[in-house]
Amino acid sequence: MRHFAYQRAGDVAEATALHGSDRSADFIAGGTNLIDMVKLDIMRPERLVDVNRLPLTAIESLDDGRLRIGALVTNTDLAYDERIQADYPVLSEALLSGASTQLRNVATTAGNVMQRTRCPYFRNPSRPCNKREPGSGCGALDGINRNHAVLGVSDKCIAVHPSDMCVAMAALGATVTVEGPSGVREIPFEEYHLLPGDTPEREHALSDGELITHVTLDAPITGAKGHYLKLRDRASFEFALASCAAVVTMDGDTVREARIALGGVATKPWRSFEAEAALSGQPASEATFKQAAEAALAGAVAHRDTAFKIPLAKQAIVRALTTVTAQ
Amino acid sequence: MTETVIGHRTARIDGELKLTGKADYAADHNLPNQVYGYPVPSTIACGKLLGLDLDEARQAPGVIDIVHRGNFPQLQPSDNNPACGAAARLYRSPSTMGEENKVGEVRLPFEDDGIHYEGQYIAMVIADTFEHARAAARLVKARYEVHEAVPGLFYTDDEGEEAGDEAVSRGDPAGAFDAAPVKLDQTYTIAMETHVAMEMHASIAHWEGDRLTIYESTQGVVFQRNALAQIFGIPPEKVTVIAHYIGSGFGSKLFMWPHAVITAVAAQRVGRPVKTVLSRQQNFCNAGNRPASRQHMRIAADRDGKLLSIRHDSYNETSFVDEYTESIGSGTPRVYACDNVSVSQRRVKVNHGTPTSMRAPGEVSGSFALESAMDELAIALDMDPLELRRRNFADRDPSADLPWSGNHLRECWDDASRRFGWDQRNPQVGSMRDGHEIIGWGMADATWEAMRSHCSARVELRADGRVQVACGTQDIGTGTYTIVAQTASELTGVPLERIEVKLGDSMLPAGPLSGGSMATATVMPAVAGATRKAIERLKQLAVAEGAPFAGKEADALEFENGALSDGSQTLSFAELLDKLQRGMAEGEASAAPGEEKDKFSFRSFGAHFVEVRWDPGISRLRVARVVSTIDIGRAINPLTARNQVEGAIVMGMGMGLFEATEYDPAGNIYNNNYADYIVPVHADIPDIEVELLDSPDYNFNEFGARGVGEIGITGMAAAIANAVYHATGKRIRDMPIKIADLMEP
Repeated sequence: MRHFAYQRAGDVAEATALHGSDRSADFIAGGTNLIDMVKLDIMRPERLVDVNRLPLTAIESLDDGRLRIGALVTNTDLAYDERIQADYPVLSEALLSGASTQLRNVATTAGNVMQRTRCPYFRNPSRPCNKREPGSGCGALDGINRNHAVLGVSDKCIAVHPSDMCVAMAALGATVTVEGPSGVREIPFEEYHLLPGDTPEREHALSDGELITHVTLDAPITGAKGHYLKLRDRASFEFALASCAAVVTMDGDTVREARIALGGVATKPWRSFEAEAALSGQPASEATFKQAAEAALAGAVAHRDTAFKIPLAKQAIVRALTTVTAQ
Repeated sequence: MTETVIGHRTARIDGELKLTGKADYAADHNLPNQVYGYPVPSTIACGKLLGLDLDEARQAPGVIDIVHRGNFPQLQPSDNNPACGAAARLYRSPSTMGEENKVGEVRLPFEDDGIHYEGQYIAMVIADTFEHARAAARLVKARYEVHEAVPGLFYTDDEGEEAGDEAVSRGDPAGAFDAAPVKLDQTYTIAMETHVAMEMHASIAHWEGDRLTIYESTQGVVFQRNALAQIFGIPPEKVTVIAHYIGSGFGSKLFMWPHAVITAVAAQRVGRPVKTVLSRQQNFCNAGNRPASRQHMRIAADRDGKLLSIRHDSYNETSFVDEYTESIGSGTPRVYACDNVSVSQRRVKVNHGTPTSMRAPGEVSGSFALESAMDELAIALDMDPLELRRRNFADRDPSADLPWSGNHLRECWDDASRRFGWDQRNPQVGSMRDGHEIIGWGMADATWEAMRSHCSARVELRADGRVQVACGTQDIGTGTYTIVAQTASELTGVPLERIEVKLGDSMLPAGPLSGGSMATATVMPAVAGATRKAIERLKQLAVAEGAPFAGKEADALEFENGALSDGSQTLSFAELLDKLQRGMAEGEASAAPGEEKDKFSFRSFGAHFVEVRWDPGISRLRVARVVSTIDIGRAINPLTARNQVEGAIVMGMGMGLFEATEYDPAGNIYNNNYADYIVPVHADIPDIEVELLDSPDYNFNEFGARGVGEIGITGMAAAIANAVYHATGKRIRDMPIKIADLMEP
C-alpha cells in the first residue's frame, strides 16, 4: 500500500472543506470497496478523508411520505429497518442478497451507491482498461467477459455495475443529496450513474469534492408489492449474473403500475421503462411478463461469453413478476 | 483393561489451540530483526525480460534490498554476476520422489531471462514492513519482449509429448471395440483448478552462519529440507524446516515453490530473517494448480452390459519450466472387470505456472470421464447405471493379477443406494418434478489407491507421567496430531490429555508427506513401533540391578494403563522412572511397507448418490442431497475421517459446478481471487450423508487403516453430471457445468 495522508472529519462542512476539489483525495466510510482497490493498486489516493464520524446515520420519515437515508447507514441497518421491510421490501431483499454479513455490517449506503465495477480487467493495473486509464483500451471486449454487461454497453467499456442495493433503488425511485464546494444539490437516482459511452472513467454525476449526504426514497406506492430476484452460479456471496427488482401494483388481475430494474447485466443500475410500459394496464399473465422481458432486453448487445445473459435476464424478470403478482 | 481410543470419535487434540489462535502457522512467526519480502510478478505470459528499472523502487520508503536476476546466485557463477553476501551459486534440486527432494517447479528463480507464465517472479523487494515491500514492488518497472503465449490446453491443437510410464495396455482394446455391439466414443474436459487453501503460502528464512531455518506452510518438511539442501549445496542437517500448523494445502504445499528459495537467498543477502507471505493472486499463479485436461474415452460393452473394451487417452497441461504428468487414467484399468484396456497420457506445454498434485490428482479427473461414460453406456443399454456397474464388478485387481486386500464396493452400493432411495428413481429424463424444479438423480463410484510410505518416530515415556511422541511429518488440518496421540494412547493406556505430540519439524525423526491419503497408514505403524520400544526400554530399566523389578525377566512384566506389573507389584512408569532417577524411557522405530504389496492389491472404493434440482424457469442448478458410502478400512478417528469425506464431497461439487481458473486469449489469468474463483459456500452445501464401512484392512497394516483424504472427491463431478442428465437430458462433458450449457436455446 502506498503512503497516503489520513484526515478525520467531524461534520459535513469539515469533510467537504478537507477534501476540497483535490482529485487525489477520496472520502472513506466503510472502506469495503476503497481499501480493496487501494490494495490492488488501482486506486492510489494521496489523501483520505474519513467521514465515519459524520452525523449521517439516521433513517428519517419525511412529511411528504418519503424516507431519507443517511449516507452512513450500514447495509445491515438499512436491510433490517422496520420501515424498509414494511414499505420497501424489495430494497431489504436486495441488500441481503449482496456480499456477506461481515461486509454488510460495515458497508454504507453512500458507499454502495459509489461501488465500482468488479471487472477483472479494471481491477488489475497491468491490464488495459478505459475506465481506469482512459485510452488504454478494454481488455474485456476481446477477453473473457462472462460477467459483463449486455445493456448500456459501449465500444469502450462493458463493465457491469455490481450493486444489488442500487437496482432496488432504481426501481423504487430515489434522490441523491450531495454537498460540496458549490453547496447542496439533489440528483435524481436515475441520473446519478452514467453510461460509459466514450467516457467510461466518468461513472457518476458527482462534481469534484462533492459528498453524498443522503439517499431519499420516493414515497412508497400505495398497495405495491416488491421482490428482488438475484440469479448467480452459487447460492450466496457472488455478484449477480442477472437480477431483477420488481415493484407492482394491481387492479384485480391487471397490472396498474410496475417498476422494473435490472442488475448484473447493465453498466449502471438499469431501470427498464420499456418493460414497465409493456406491463402497465395489461393482465398479469405469463404472456405479459414475457413481453415485458422482451422489451427490457430489446437493446441488449452480447459479446463472446454474455449471450446467455440475455435469456437469463428475461427469466429473472418473468420469475420476479410471477412471484410478486402472486403475493 | 486398556481403554480403546482407536476407532472412537475423538475431537482434535489441537482444537483448542486453533480456536484460541494459539496454533502457530507459518506466517505467525516473527523473528528478531525480521524484514519482509514481496515478490514482483511478471505481467506478461510469454516472452523475455529485457530489463528492470529499479530506481524508483529502491528509493521508496523502507526498502532494504531488491533481489533479481542481476544479483541472484546462478547455476553458473560468473564474474559479472557477483552474488554479494549470498551463496556463490545454486543448484537445481534433482526433484525426485525417491530422493524425497521433489520441488514444485524445478527451474530456479531468475534462472533465465525467459518469461514462461504470468506471475512468474522477476524480482523480490525486501523492506522493513510488509506494506513498504508491497508498495515498492509496484514501483519496479519491467521491460519485456512479448511473445505469443499458449494460453491453455483448450486454446491449442498441440498434441504434446507422451508420458510413457503412464501407458497401460492389456488384451486387444481396438479389436474388441470394433467388434462390440454397444459403444461410446466421447471427449471430456475439465477446467484448470486452483487449490485455494485458506492459508497463504509463506516462508520465513533465517540464517545462523551456514545453518538455515525456514518456517513454511508445507505438507512436507522433510522434502523441503532435502530440496533446500540440494539447492544451496549444504548438508541436510544444516537445514531446518518448521511447519507446526498448516491451513490446508490440498497438494499445493507438497513440494517447495520458488518463493521459498528467493526468501532464503534474500535472508542471506541482508543478513536478517526475511518473511514472505504470498498474496492470494500470487497463490493462484505460482503455487501449482490442477491442470486443465482433455480425455478421449472409448468404451464398449455387450448387450448385457459386460465391458468389452476401454481406451482412455488423456492430455494434461504442463508448464514450460517443469514436466508435470497427471496420471488421469491410473484408476481405469483397475476399477472394473474388462479384458481389453489401454491408457495413455500426454503432456502439453502451456504458459501457466507448473501444475501440481491437487486432491486425488489424476484419478479424480479420470473418474469424471469413466463414471460419466458408464452412465452414458447404461443409457445406451437402457439399463440402470448401478446395475451396469454391478455387472462389471472386479473380483480381483484386473491390472495386477492380485486379489484385493478388501474390495467392499458392493456393500457401498447396497448401503448408499438404500439410504438414498435409488429404487424410487424413474429413469425417464425430466420425469421427477417438484414445483418449478426438475429433480435429477445420478450416481458414480469413488476409488483411490491405498498407499504407504516409510516413517520414523520417537516416543518418550517421561518421569512426569506424560508421553511425548515426535515425528517429522505434519498435520495439514486433517487430524494427524490426534491420530498419533490415539496410537500412543492405545498402546500405553495413557489418556490423550497426557500425550504430547510433536510434528512439523524436519529435525524430528523423518516422516512422510501429508499427501496421497497415506499419512495415517504410514505414521501409525512407526509410532506404534516406537511406543513398543519405549515400553521395552522401560522394562529393561525396571529389571536392571537395583531397580524395583530386579531379578525378573523383562518379558514377564506386563505393561497396562501406563503401569508395569509382575503380578504382585504394580508401578506406573512415572513412579518407576522416579525411583530410577531417570527422566525418560525412550524408543525410536521406523516402519515401511513390506511384502504385503506383492500379495494383495490395496485400494479403497465407495459410491456417491446425488440429487440435483434444476429450475429451468430461472436456470438455477443446485445439488440438493448427497448420500455416500465409503470403505476406508478402519476409521481410526471416525469424526475426522467423516470430516475428510464431507470436505472432499464439497470440493467435488466445486469441480462439477463452479471451479475454473481461467486464462484469457493473451494468456493472462482472469479470476485470481476468492470472489471471482467460485467455490461452494455454505449455502450451496446440502445434506451430506456419509457412512464409512467398518472393514479393517489388516493386510495393509496392523491397525487396518487405509487413507481417507482423497477418495471422497473422486466420482463426485460425474455423479453430478449424471444427475444433471437425468434432470435435463443434457450430457455435459466439460467441467464445470455452466448454466448456459443447460439453458434452452
